[in-house]
Amino acid sequence: MSIQLTPAAAVAETHPPESATLSVRPLPRLRIQATPGWKALNLRELWQFRELLWFLALRDIKVRYKQTLLGVAWAVLQPLMAMLLFSVFFGRLGGFDQKTADVPYPVFVLCGLVPWQLFSYALTQASNSVVAEQRLLTKVYFPRLLIPISPILSGVVDFGISMVLLAGLMAYYRVLPGGAVLALPFFMLFAVLAALAVGLWLSAVNAIYRDVRYTIPFLIQFWLFATPIAYPSSIVPPRWQWVYGLNPMVGVVEGFRWSLIGGGQPPWPAVVASFLVVLALLVSGLYYFRRMEKTFADVV
Amino acid sequence: MIELAEIAIAVNRLGKQYRIGQRERYKSLRESIMRGLTVPVRRLRSGFGSSDGQRANGKSTFWALKDVSFEVKQGEVLGIIGRNGAGKSTLLKILSRITEPTEGFVDIYGRVGSLLEVGTGFHPELTGRENVFLNGAILGMSQAEVRRKFDEIVAFAEVEQFLDTPVKHYSSGMYMRLAFAVAAHLEPDILLVDEVLAVGDATFQKKCLNKIESVGSQGRTVFFVSHNMQAVTRLCSRALLLHDGQVAVHGCTHEVARTYLHGGAYGSAARVWPDPERRPGNHVVRLCAVRVRSDDHEVHATVDIRRPVSIEMEFEVLRDGHVLVPNLHFYNDDGICAFIVNAGHGQWGRRPRPRGRYRSTVRIPGNYLAEGTLSVNVGISTLNPVIVHVLEPDAVAFEVVDSLDGNSARGEYAGPMPGVVRPILPWTDERGSERAESFAEELA
Repeated sequence: MSIQLTPAAAVAETHPPESATLSVRPLPRLRIQATPGWKALNLRELWQFRELLWFLALRDIKVRYKQTLLGVAWAVLQPLMAMLLFSVFFGRLGGFDQKTADVPYPVFVLCGLVPWQLFSYALTQASNSVVAEQRLLTKVYFPRLLIPISPILSGVVDFGISMVLLAGLMAYYRVLPGGAVLALPFFMLFAVLAALAVGLWLSAVNAIYRDVRYTIPFLIQFWLFATPIAYPSSIVPPRWQWVYGLNPMVGVVEGFRWSLIGGGQPPWPAVVASFLVVLALLVSGLYYFRRMEKTFADVV
Repeated sequence: MIELAEIAIAVNRLGKQYRIGQRERYKSLRESIMRGLTVPVRRLRSGFGSSDGQRANGKSTFWALKDVSFEVKQGEVLGIIGRNGAGKSTLLKILSRITEPTEGFVDIYGRVGSLLEVGTGFHPELTGRENVFLNGAILGMSQAEVRRKFDEIVAFAEVEQFLDTPVKHYSSGMYMRLAFAVAAHLEPDILLVDEVLAVGDATFQKKCLNKIESVGSQGRTVFFVSHNMQAVTRLCSRALLLHDGQVAVHGCTHEVARTYLHGGAYGSAARVWPDPERRPGNHVVRLCAVRVRSDDHEVHATVDIRRPVSIEMEFEVLRDGHVLVPNLHFYNDDGICAFIVNAGHGQWGRRPRPRGRYRSTVRIPGNYLAEGTLSVNVGISTLNPVIVHVLEPDAVAFEVVDSLDGNSARGEYAGPMPGVVRPILPWTDERGSERAESFAEELA
């Protein structure tokens, strides 16, 4: 059967002026059919839906601290408590405060915790996002990529708040950033991209295999210790540095810390290695997500 | 003025295959890893021939839609009807791009708005105002568009005073009104509507119907899926009847509605669900069978208006301790609910039922129903508090035929008789004395 576009020339209907102009405009054609295999990313469509992305992120932000006693204070308390904990156990008792050169240990730790918390929040939220949004997913069409992206955006708000905390702590210890601070926006973006890259993979896999959500808490704990937050990466033996750099958060945390409190040479090898890993994960994650998304509505 | 694309939707040999159980279960990683590990072995055994595609042809799959082709013209309001499981929702899900077809394709001309549910994405913690913007964005409206229509939406929903209250404090009526108001102000070229009208009170339903009607009359294409035959006949000029995933009839609404309700090949006076897994119901009770029996105890799809007719339902109670009341809803040709009966007065009306198999039968006396087709929705509920365990729309249908013998309610009259019931009621019919001006005078 073929589809004919019959120009209805014979139909001389009278239209109100506005619908007359409407009918002149050729209607866009959309073809719905099975798309086997890999799909194009269609970033243009993603851009068309940017308002929805904004509203979804806004919803997460507004709802997150509703009906909590302390409200937004949690965004400050979480990194603050973690910093105190690390300072006492790793810094004082573990003796790491001797290895952080001339930087006060609390500042050193918080510089690692701030990007880390963005990463771990985004990872947790994004990996569960497809399952959490199943009502939307099964009722309305929009680019599915928005689902794992929006919780990451909402994490950025907490990130901003903890940046203020970090600035306050640095002022308290009279640690001033140098010229390297100009690279800070890059490392912030780097942290967001790292979270997105891992979040994309986990969200798609979690939609199909629910085992993933049980592994997330362990994954995050393990990852925390495999990242130079409580300790400087220099304690890792040089010949293992490249393996260590494959953990994308090594480059993120090292770079972030370097841009804020300096400390000699920028950690290029770790940053470059991590950046390549993030890039690879991000691109593959995007394509993998697009490939799997058609099954989401049937399996969630 | 020449319209460039007269066709709004062209569906071509559309098919959708599901794996049985796919909708209910997700995989565990372990299973997949095990399967992955054993694939090479299985490949070797079957001589490299067995691929996923071939396995899919086995018994573990079914076609929710198969070989469906039709066209919808611009400005047409098309109703989609069919029993549960006929493929209505699957078709709507494919058209609204929620799920992909397995084969075939659809061409859609114009901007599509789909309303598979009212209030998709509403968040209980957000205020009415915030939800309007969020929901608008979800339905595909731009922020500017929502802002422009905001006052209209709020007025339509009649929730002006509560705009800044979280919607979790709304009554369900207010919630539905607001949710529908947003959707109603979507202005797509093609509107896909699922049974969103099944909710809300009668006034609100009427308002929704009017809105959809006006969308239709503006020359937009509307694709309307509903069980509410009255709504379909009122709104739609044309209808499409789906049966077992295929197009059974496509044509003028009245003809299609008649085919559907009259049963014919597609309805029946008896429904049996042999497979316990697929019986309507939940973990408490499941419906096994429904039958329409005439007074000779045989199943009949056509009954004489003067004879009693019994509706018999069989169900299995799987859990002890629930008060379960069978109920039947009778709908006539026009989709009007003629009446509802429940077994709340019977011996199990207030007592919890122990596990086991039950048969409940209600007898409708002769000379009670009006002639025409009656479609029966079968439910099993707990009445206080209300829990609906089973609700099977259009479970059975039967036709009541009036006689022209003169001894039914119509008497000698042979013309059309409206009304949902046609009873013979006792009359007193006496003659007054010739001289009295009125009966009152006589009594005095």
